[in-house]
Amino acid sequence: MAKTATKQKTVAMTGNAGCALAMKQINPDVVAAYPITPQTTIVEEFANYVADGVVDTEYINVESEHSAMSACIGASAAGARVMTSTSSQGLALMWEELSIASALRLPIVMQTVNRALSGPINIHCDHSDSMGARDMGWIHLFAETAQEAYDNTIMALKIAEHKDVRLPVMSMHDGFITSHAIDRFEVLDDADVKKFVGDYMPKYSLLYNPNEPVTFGPFAMPAFYYEQRKQLRVAIDGSKEIVMKVTDDFAKLSGRQYGLFEEYRLDDADVAIVVLGSTAGTARYTIDAMRAQGVKVGMLKLRVFRPFPAAELAEALGKVKAVGVMDRSDSAGSLGGPVYTEIKAALYNSKQRPAMQGYVYGLGGRDTGPDQIETVVNDLVKVVKGEESPREAVTLLGVKE
Amino acid sequence: MATIKELSRKPELLTGGHRLCAGCGASIAVRQVLLGANDQVIAGSATGCLEVSTTPYPFSAWKIPFIHNAFENSAATMSGVEAAYQALVRRGKIEKKMKFVAFGGDGGTYDIGLQSLSGAMERGHNMVYVCYDNGAYMNTGIQRSGSTPFGAATTTSPAGKVRPGKPQQRKDLTQIMAAHDIPYVAQASISHWKDLVKKAEKAFSVEGPAFLNVMAPCPRGWRTPNEMTIEISKISVQTGFWPLYEVEDGEWKLNFKPKELKPITDFLKPQGRFRHLFKPGNEHLLEIAQAEIDKNWSRLKKRCGVE
Repeated sequence: MAKTATKQKTVAMTGNAGCALAMKQINPDVVAAYPITPQTTIVEEFANYVADGVVDTEYINVESEHSAMSACIGASAAGARVMTSTSSQGLALMWEELSIASALRLPIVMQTVNRALSGPINIHCDHSDSMGARDMGWIHLFAETAQEAYDNTIMALKIAEHKDVRLPVMSMHDGFITSHAIDRFEVLDDADVKKFVGDYMPKYSLLYNPNEPVTFGPFAMPAFYYEQRKQLRVAIDGSKEIVMKVTDDFAKLSGRQYGLFEEYRLDDADVAIVVLGSTAGTARYTIDAMRAQGVKVGMLKLRVFRPFPAAELAEALGKVKAVGVMDRSDSAGSLGGPVYTEIKAALYNSKQRPAMQGYVYGLGGRDTGPDQIETVVNDLVKVVKGEESPREAVTLLGVKE
Repeated sequence: MATIKELSRKPELLTGGHRLCAGCGASIAVRQVLLGANDQVIAGSATGCLEVSTTPYPFSAWKIPFIHNAFENSAATMSGVEAAYQALVRRGKIEKKMKFVAFGGDGGTYDIGLQSLSGAMERGHNMVYVCYDNGAYMNTGIQRSGSTPFGAATTTSPAGKVRPGKPQQRKDLTQIMAAHDIPYVAQASISHWKDLVKKAEKAFSVEGPAFLNVMAPCPRGWRTPNEMTIEISKISVQTGFWPLYEVEDGEWKLNFKPKELKPITDFLKPQGRFRHLFKPGNEHLLEIAQAEIDKNWSRLKKRCGVE
């Protein structure tokens, strides 16, 4: 890690506590939230900050996640800096509101602690909740560790509120794996976070200039609806640059440099795996072990899923001969998981097209050990050697037959 | 309360030129409610006729800040606006005194928005919620709601060969809101404008949540002539279908006490949605309708301490 002049403190806490700490340091105007496992400890921890007067946030204990996002939309349109947090069914209940938040261009930041969607009901990690919301016009950031979850929370706010973005951001980390395990990481000074996120003053709001009243959420018929959706597309496509600008600014402050994705031993790799979130740690361990045996394997860990960095991914993965994309969510009835299908599409017009295979793994918190990653790598090696043709059908890893 | 002369000089906060139907009770309700506000008002509305007809992009009939979010969450949305106001005042970013009002039709309030409303009221936000009650989902083409009266023909409770319109009685939302023990709850009608404006004034002036349920007929759904809106609202009060009352800090008060109620048929007969009830053989349905009114009226009088 690069050293910076900034004073930082090493802490040992869970990913959720780290997220609550980031919220405390941001001290948003309004938080409207509802408890749901495994996110609950974020809103509990934040409630402690409110109860002790450490923050002076207006904390709305809503009666459902639908109302949580509704109140966030109202508060954000009013002109406030707004944050919330949810998981799984809570995110599902918010569904209707997600696309309204982005269409109204409201910079709400939501920590989304990934948990499997019912049914059957399950409380453990997979990415089916946020992946289901991938077309809602939100920016999606994924964290591998508590450090990244903390860092992304702070960056998410700055990205969301940037005048050229003005979009809501979901900041994901893995339920229980990252949310509840105690991790060692660095945290910034309150003053540095405050300075980094700065003051928030929206251009349009319900409250700041009532003499020039604004109508939020009007009714748009075929003559106007499409253009508004185009504006959303332009905004989220353009946000990629701002995501990286904020990421680079954050690196100057913290010494921690992130990208749209992270490449691990990919430079000279023949085969590559693509992962999101906490699986990257297991993947690094497995890759090191396989490299020691002479297998030229690397990894690409995606951090920014929306806006989808298609050109950058095509460039990075075009160098290898075969790619295995590991999705921690399935898109039943589709070719495979959402990351797989999108990466495959991103590479279609690329001059160098590696062979590709899609894998679904770890649904509902099914453990993912090095053996599963080895299986993927060995599959890919067989494809590269010409011993097997690339599989058309998705492979479900670690499922009992 | 201001005199009618003073009220007439107040600026119109919902301007003309919106696309609500001639004779629509909703816009009348909104104008009367807004006449009761003496500070800057921030308004919101649930999805419905009011929202669709007042905000056809790129136009807006609202001369005050306005937000529409979705159908079931006008109360939750406004609770967020109010919370933002509290935070920004506390942080010295806003000084102006402001009031908050959320509107919703009966579909968006009695039915799909009940949870959102109940939550916002329980949390004690300093806001007014106004239900403009026309007794059905009028915006989508007259479907039955929890507020639709017994026997009314709607497009989802039509009067057919074996079913005579809506088989159930309506839900009493005003009493449900009174049970939330909030500072102010009232039932009003656009026909009794003075009573309504006064109630709106009280609702805006209390600290904490207030709820108004306003009779606001829909000529399309009720199958009444456009020019009959105010008259039929008046009859709704006179027949006891829509009693005017308020619950102020737990004190129940009946605001209109006729010596004798007019028969419910006076309310039902002019409306096309009840036409089938007057066919021979359906006399028992009219009796059921009257019995329900009598039961509710006597209960309400008891609660209000009226003999």
